[in-house]
Amino acid sequence: MEERAVVNLADIVICAAAEAFRGDGEIFASGMGTIPMLGARLARSTTEPDLLVSDGEAFFVANELPIGGTDKLIEGWIPFRSVFDTLWGGRRHVMMGASQIDARGNTNIANIGPWARPTAQLLGVRGGPGNTINHTVSFWIPGHNPKVFRSQVDMVSGLGYDRAAALGPTVAGMHELRRVITNLAVLDFANDERRMRLRSVHPGVAVDDVVAATGFELDVPAEVPGTPLPSDEQLAVIARLDPRGVRLREVPNP
Amino acid sequence: MTEDDAVATLSSGMTIGIGGWGSRRKPMSLVRALLRSDLADLTIVAYGGPDVGLLAAAGKIRKLVYGFVSLDSIALEPHFRIARQTGTIPECVEYDEGMLQWALYAASLRLPFLPTRAGLGSGVMETNPSLRTVRSPYADGEELLAVPALPLDAAFVHLNRADARGNAQFLGPDLYFDDLFLGAARPGHRFVSCERVVDTADLLAEGSFHTLRINRSMVDGVIEAPNGAHFTNCQPDYERDERFQKAYAAAAADPEQWQAFAGRFLGGSEADYQAAVAAWRNEQS
Repeated sequence: MEERAVVNLADIVICAAAEAFRGDGEIFASGMGTIPMLGARLARSTTEPDLLVSDGEAFFVANELPIGGTDKLIEGWIPFRSVFDTLWGGRRHVMMGASQIDARGNTNIANIGPWARPTAQLLGVRGGPGNTINHTVSFWIPGHNPKVFRSQVDMVSGLGYDRAAALGPTVAGMHELRRVITNLAVLDFANDERRMRLRSVHPGVAVDDVVAATGFELDVPAEVPGTPLPSDEQLAVIARLDPRGVRLREVPNP
Repeated sequence: MTEDDAVATLSSGMTIGIGGWGSRRKPMSLVRALLRSDLADLTIVAYGGPDVGLLAAAGKIRKLVYGFVSLDSIALEPHFRIARQTGTIPECVEYDEGMLQWALYAASLRLPFLPTRAGLGSGVMETNPSLRTVRSPYADGEELLAVPALPLDAAFVHLNRADARGNAQFLGPDLYFDDLFLGAARPGHRFVSCERVVDTADLLAEGSFHTLRINRSMVDGVIEAPNGAHFTNCQPDYERDERFQKAYAAAAADPEQWQAFAGRFLGGSEADYQAAVAAWRNEQS
């Protein structure tokens, strides 16, 4: 069998991010940060051509826009007020970060320690409460470890499945946490209990590594597949979207 | 009128809303005038950036209502971070970004509250125990968060152009929520600073009628403030001064450096500030 060239971890997680948007159709695919943004744009260029993607400022762009690219084919205007309207209307899937996450998908981007006087002030809740209660949310977490994947988060900036269910069927029906993508694995909540499940492990990562890096009991299926490797077509699109290799500095190979 | 004239109409203890978003099109020259004033015990309402950071560092804030506080290209506002971690702001109200829009919109429509799902079930409900829910009176019976109206005593916004009477224009990509900050404030202390005051006849010279989102019934005073949003951006007139923002953030992280920075840039008038920035730029180039 022919030896494949080194596959970059960054490319694997970008493809996993793109996969998270599969089936979304004509909604706003919003990526916070380099990897989620590249994932959304890769999805739009390959599997989900109907997705709307923004320039990260205030415009929807119809062309394949590289990171930092200024040659924009503008197809729509999306100032923050319209972002709120779109997300409250449910026509959005955001992939964002999380500094803490628990087994039910409650997330924290706000602060570490007590809110009244945090030991570390982070971003604050920002749009997390509104995002998670209104539309599909996925997460990109570059450092998978037990401090991040923990039994309880210090401040709930994003609702997990337990809190969404407690608010009744309307909210539960709008709430979806689709994927958690990390430097080690892809996780989801696709079981009856809606408890975090190991979906796949990246090349070179053992299931036990993920279990050890997770501070709560993961649902680990009997068979855990490897995270799919990028296709040549995907690699070509990624190279066009990130010609300067920003992704490789952000997610170095282990 | 000048920034100092505007600030002279205010009194300590007032609730002041500040437009813009993060480190974007902030009415910084008005904020700098606040820093020069004797005003204290202020309630500040903002999608915060360096406006909140500077006022927090100067000890002007008794209560802060915020959707976030960030410098955008630098995710965490250093003064805000220190203030939160050392507990120097006596009262904080942290809202989901959309909740803050609703609070201002409710005030501008003279409604007691507006309903939403954003915030329900989150830590926002736990850290703001005064928040209440409301049940839909219709068949669905859904329980929703009633975001209370947030009326302001004063509002500051920075726009690209305005005429002398207060018809104002944004030429950049986003109005943000500047119209709602003005709408939420009672008449008397609603101030627009702008890059350039133009004749009413010239308001459509640089942008379409769609950009005239602020009319004079929403504004009590206009201040011409070229480069007034510095170091935040004011597109298309100028981008954010990233180098200066970096220097600000570095200085803010260290008390001694901050003393020097504040002494150099914030000790005098707005003209002094602009001159000090110009001199700093010359040194850098």
